[in-house]
Amino acid sequence: MASIEQGKQAILLNKKYKEGLLNFLSAQGILVFFLICMFAFSLFSEQFLSQSNIMTVVRQASIIGIIAVGVTIVIIGGNLDLSVGSMLSFSTVLVVDLHDKIGPAGAIVLMFVLTLMIGAVNGLLIGFMRLNSLIVTLAMLSAVQGLVLIYSGGKNVDIANQSDTWFAIFGRGYVLGIAVPVILFAVLAIIVQVGMSYTSYGRRIFAVGGNPAAAVYSGIRRNWCVFSTYLISAFCVACAALVLGSRVMGSQNNVGQGYELLVLAGIILGGTSLLGGAGSVWKTIIGVLILGFIQNGLLLLGYPYYTQWLVTWVIIILAVWLDLANKRKRLFTTHS
Amino acid sequence: MNMINMKDFLKGSGFIQPIWVFVIVITVFFSFMSEYFLSIGNLGNILVQTSTIGLIALGMTFVMINGNIDLSVGAVLGLAASLSVGLQDYGITIAVIAALASGLVLGAINGLIVWKTGVNAFIVTLGAMIGVRGLIFVYTEEQSFYATNFAFSDFGAASIGPFPVLALIFLVCTLVMHLVLKKTGHGRNTFAVGGNPEAALDAGIRIGRHMMINFIIVGFFAALAGVLLATQMGAATPNLGRDYELWTITAVVLGGTKLTGGFGSITGTLGGVLAIGILRNGMNLMQVPAFYVLVILGLILISVLIIDQRLNVHASKGVSI
Repeated sequence: MASIEQGKQAILLNKKYKEGLLNFLSAQGILVFFLICMFAFSLFSEQFLSQSNIMTVVRQASIIGIIAVGVTIVIIGGNLDLSVGSMLSFSTVLVVDLHDKIGPAGAIVLMFVLTLMIGAVNGLLIGFMRLNSLIVTLAMLSAVQGLVLIYSGGKNVDIANQSDTWFAIFGRGYVLGIAVPVILFAVLAIIVQVGMSYTSYGRRIFAVGGNPAAAVYSGIRRNWCVFSTYLISAFCVACAALVLGSRVMGSQNNVGQGYELLVLAGIILGGTSLLGGAGSVWKTIIGVLILGFIQNGLLLLGYPYYTQWLVTWVIIILAVWLDLANKRKRLFTTHS
Repeated sequence: MNMINMKDFLKGSGFIQPIWVFVIVITVFFSFMSEYFLSIGNLGNILVQTSTIGLIALGMTFVMINGNIDLSVGAVLGLAASLSVGLQDYGITIAVIAALASGLVLGAINGLIVWKTGVNAFIVTLGAMIGVRGLIFVYTEEQSFYATNFAFSDFGAASIGPFPVLALIFLVCTLVMHLVLKKTGHGRNTFAVGGNPEAALDAGIRIGRHMMINFIIVGFFAALAGVLLATQMGAATPNLGRDYELWTITAVVLGGTKLTGGFGSITGTLGGVLAIGILRNGMNLMQVPAFYVLVILGLILISVLIIDQRLNVHASKGVSI
């Protein structure tokens, strides 16, 4: 008898182990995919896994990453933000143009204030007036791009004396051998991730995104929560503009055009649901880095830069599809 | 006019849609501001200029009434334009057919993925928007194409009597799609699926197929708009059509179609498209820099949203704190 019991237990244990592995694979599928990609690229290219290349990729991805951290919070709160691309143009043009006029410190402060004001407009319209976030931020995308063009008169801006200004540190500087954009990205991501996981503020955002009515009945001030997510998003855009402006030391009027979609692609790839109430900054970082490494890997293998867009197309849909299929235990929908 | 009628009117349930009142108001305004505005030639111009976004908006109206959205239309437009110019060595007819077919196929792919995988249309078409742009670059290898056969670019400038051909194509397509939406089973089912997918499913409507047909429709119109835009320019660039999805969605939303699905009309969309076209054209004639149009359009879009919400406050009232 004892041996049968033992056998049963062994089978149960085995089953548990297998289920645990499957659960792990389905929960962290994107991470596994990330590792497989890295492994595959490292087989074909020697430089791919070198330290300098990895740092380059992370540095390149940090601008999109910084914005994506903010937009992730907006999405967890149950809304969308398409205006970040135009806001990035706005903030970069502003900080670069004001640098020569009122000095770097003044330019940075003014840029942060004005960017946060745009975020506040988004937040007022969506949080307090309860308008559809997709259309409001679409309208803001167009309006803010118009503001940039009116402000600059359609001309590109640049910083005259690029060699001796401390403004350069944000985009070009290194601290302990690590690029400043990467440090900024990491610090922002850690603060926001800790804030979302371990504070009551984070739990409130999850509650508002998951079930707004229930959140309100639990005494959460939903309007303020949504409003605050847009301020966070605007703050992240301002940080990204700091990096971008300082790295290029100049700016085109439409420098941020299309960023909103790259940011969304990274967030979706990471596995954050667009419906709100779920997701994490950690996943978003993985998503953004996957896009960065795929771009870099394809370039190292000698493919032109636009092949990454084809790969992005396939993996975005695959990632979301497999996630859905796992939840409904079925690959395809059943309706006709 | 008492208060209740006023409300009905602004909600769009009356005989005239609010966007058309706006169109009439800005038409009157610009005709006072510029003497050239109301000339036949300029009105034809407006129709030709709006035909590109207008054609896509026709398809987009179907997709949005259906409760979906298509972000890939700008990229599909660019691919069709490149194909219609790049394949002209095989003859214009074959080039145009291939371009239109590419739109049908890409629409079908989008629709099939949305239907079979159940992934949100926003995500599917966001992926397609990035990927199809990649296809354009793979096909063109970053080159712009120029039409060497003048029959192609002559078509874009041709007119029957005083009416430009492109404007006529747009108006005929508008009429046809209006009838499809109002008079056919597919049109009715499109509303039903958008209004309540589960109820539609229970009623025996094949919701997946209707979604797919609508994606094919919008793909076809995006491709048609691409071909016509290429005939206007006699050329195609790989970046053609960037941001067109935003303009199209703006036009459709201005026309009163709801993002949530189940509500909308082709006549409203025509009004939305004309409003954008007249604003751009009129402000050009008044020599206002083009930048201001972007800001004004954004403000109008938000105002429309606020008015719409204030009027439907009882229908959508949730709990508020």
